[in-house]
Amino acid sequence: MPTNSIQAITANRLSDGMVVYLTAQGQWSERIRDCQSADDPGMAEALIAQARQHAESGQIVGPYLFKIARQDGHPVPLGRREIIRTTGPSVGTDLNRSKPRE
Amino acid sequence: MPLIKHGKLVEDTWHDTDDFADVQALAALGPVIVNLAVWRQHRDAILALGGTLGLRLAPGQTPDIVAADLHRFSLIALEFARFTDGRAYSQARLLRQRHGFKGELRAVGEVLRDQLTFMLRCGFDSFSVDTKRQAESILDAVAEFAHWYQPALDGAATIPALRRRAVDRGEAAAPAGCAANWAY
Amino acid sequence: MYRYDEFDHAFVTERVAQFRAQVARRVSGELSEDEFKPLRLMNGLYLQLHAYMLRVAIPYGTLSALQLRKLAHIARSYDRGYGHFTTRQNIQYNWPKLGEVPDILAELGEVEMHAIQTSGNCIRNTTADPLAGVAADEIDDPRVYAEIIRQWSTLHPEFSFLPRKFKIAVTGAPNDRAVTRGHDIGLRMHRDDTGTPGFEVMVGGGQGRTPIMAKTIRSFLPVDHLLSYLEAILRVYNQLGRRDNIYKARIKILVQGVGVEAFAEMVEAEWRHIRDGALDLPAAERDRIAAYFAPPPYEDLSADCPALDGAIDADARFAAWVESNVHPHKRAGYAIATISLKPHGGIPGDASAAQMDAVADLSEEYGFGEIRISYKQNLILPDIPKADLHALWLALDSWGLATANAGRISDIIACPGLDYCNLANARSIPIAQRISERFADLARERAVGDLSLNISGCINACAHHHVANIGILGVDKKGTEFYQITLGGVADENAAVGAIIGPAFDEMQIADAVETIVDVYLQQRETDEPFIDTYQRIGPGPFKEKLYAPDQAR
Repeated sequence: MPTNSIQAITANRLSDGMVVYLTAQGQWSERIRDCQSADDPGMAEALIAQARQHAESGQIVGPYLFKIARQDGHPVPLGRREIIRTTGPSVGTDLNRSKPRE
Repeated sequence: MPLIKHGKLVEDTWHDTDDFADVQALAALGPVIVNLAVWRQHRDAILALGGTLGLRLAPGQTPDIVAADLHRFSLIALEFARFTDGRAYSQARLLRQRHGFKGELRAVGEVLRDQLTFMLRCGFDSFSVDTKRQAESILDAVAEFAHWYQPALDGAATIPALRRRAVDRGEAAAPAGCAANWAY
Repeated sequence: MYRYDEFDHAFVTERVAQFRAQVARRVSGELSEDEFKPLRLMNGLYLQLHAYMLRVAIPYGTLSALQLRKLAHIARSYDRGYGHFTTRQNIQYNWPKLGEVPDILAELGEVEMHAIQTSGNCIRNTTADPLAGVAADEIDDPRVYAEIIRQWSTLHPEFSFLPRKFKIAVTGAPNDRAVTRGHDIGLRMHRDDTGTPGFEVMVGGGQGRTPIMAKTIRSFLPVDHLLSYLEAILRVYNQLGRRDNIYKARIKILVQGVGVEAFAEMVEAEWRHIRDGALDLPAAERDRIAAYFAPPPYEDLSADCPALDGAIDADARFAAWVESNVHPHKRAGYAIATISLKPHGGIPGDASAAQMDAVADLSEEYGFGEIRISYKQNLILPDIPKADLHALWLALDSWGLATANAGRISDIIACPGLDYCNLANARSIPIAQRISERFADLARERAVGDLSLNISGCINACAHHHVANIGILGVDKKGTEFYQITLGGVADENAAVGAIIGPAFDEMQIADAVETIVDVYLQQRETDEPFIDTYQRIGPGPFKEKLYAPDQAR
């Protein structure tokens, strides 16, 4: 079992609803590998507070903490819901269903 | 709190309060709005004061329960505990249409710009809002819609009524049979 | 079909302008998300797992070719080239950008469509029998009344902030193809002793975590009283429905709580105050709307069609399609054709922009330019001359739209599930794909016959699994998806809620479990007995025994 105490912040971008992750620079990225991870509850608390400010100022909607693991140094989401949010719908690759719009 | 009445930002001359020492203290406040519990408990003493009276009803307090006393109030305030709680719309229509209440009907609580037209159409004519800025921003909300389907209390001609008039004037033809429809 | 006049156009134009301004206020920060959310929901705009989702109403499931082309254009220009048709006669776009939604609504307005009240705690898009106007068993066209309800309910000043969403369905025929008992209000047309049409009014149906079939509170309501009676029901509900618990806020819980007789009396008492008033439906207004739904210019055709018979004899695939996807029309020489949006292994209810354009073209080439959307998430061409069915089928086949499975086990209703939906606990679509692949063999699927199978990804039951012969509900158990099976649900005029058969199956077992159920049925059925009759005759025992037998690897 991977350690499950590591968390990161995700939200949806206000302008287009796309899944985004809070980065170490306080920016929002569509790529989970850019996410800032929080290894302890104190840091998680600080990150979510920052994210809520961004929600209030209208960049993003509905930020929350979710659990991640590190594989080969990269963050990977835990749980089906977050996996699907990261990779897109799992229902086939036609009609641009499973990849972000370029 | 800023008050909008009959489409204008006006001074609120009413005291809407749950907080007073005793019934006699109400007399000093001028026109006063009391809640249903206070009214029920002190009805006779409040009437003895002889002042101008308003009543505030919470969501779920149907006007039916004070129907016999409605003529004693110059104002009824209906509470929007949350703007998503739409019970006051029904209370308003019942007051106006069933009980013939002619006094000021005031919306209090979470009164937001985008609900204003619904409130007007249900018979509200004054609105207590949180800030002056909000009051200014909601004044123009009323102008957003000129067309409605349902008969309501703002006096607006409904779309069915407008249609009948247009047909009467010969300006709008009745549906032109299926051939025209199917050539969409 | 109904056409907007200048007033309907003005109304929708005002609505688009209002929403454009609301979006601008949201983007500028004047509106918080909490304040904006109910406003966007009232225009059908959700924020889902990956993006915004826009739900557009297809009132009473009727579209013109022009409207369907517009839906295709929106899919291509503002989305990712496809749309998803739902059980309640809506289409959903999964990837619109917030700033472009007002443009989409403006484009919809051009073809007399909108997304008003496709979400939120208000009166939703009124649904109707998809075979309205063409079904042989019809008393009167339900779309006339659905349109009257649409106008009355749109931005209703009193009923736009109800305790919970509110859904109305209308059928004009004794055979219920609109699941009227599954709605908050179901309206079913009857004739009284004098032959006058009126509605049986059923209240308190709904699915979700407490599936209840609506109860009749009035056996006959003359049609001219329709709106005042609806207003009485809504007024009672708006005042007394629970607002403290989202799971107990639907009208079904109120009706259940006070009892159906007491609820009916409250409605009647309210109605006595408001009947014979401004909401009465003058015959002239009813006739005005009814004229829009006048029959198209049918030709006098013979009921016999040798060309069709010949094509059926010559082509077994076409014969199979006719058997499952073609239904009798009230006019001699015409037929109703179901276009399945359920290709084996495909995504139930999805259509690409190119497919939508193709169907629009075919509706003009072979019909009168009209398309219907069914409860089953399929498209229907309502007026096809029998002699044109083969040519239509060939064209549909070239677009991957000729799957011969309407009403069969692979005609699966599935919600978007965890692949798209913010509320879902488990995926629905991949399960539907897997099960339908198991029944891709045409002969096998024909042998199984008519059988409904619906898959919901959470207890909200958007795919109506409770009223499917085989219902599948996705649940989450400690981060793993499991699937619970119910058997015995019925969605027609004998609507019934299915019963849970036993412990849930995991993602790898669920398709096998469905096959086991089908095998039990095939072993136990008597000649020509449909699945639901066999189930009702033998009960859950034999199914349970086989599903949970020790030798079944679970």
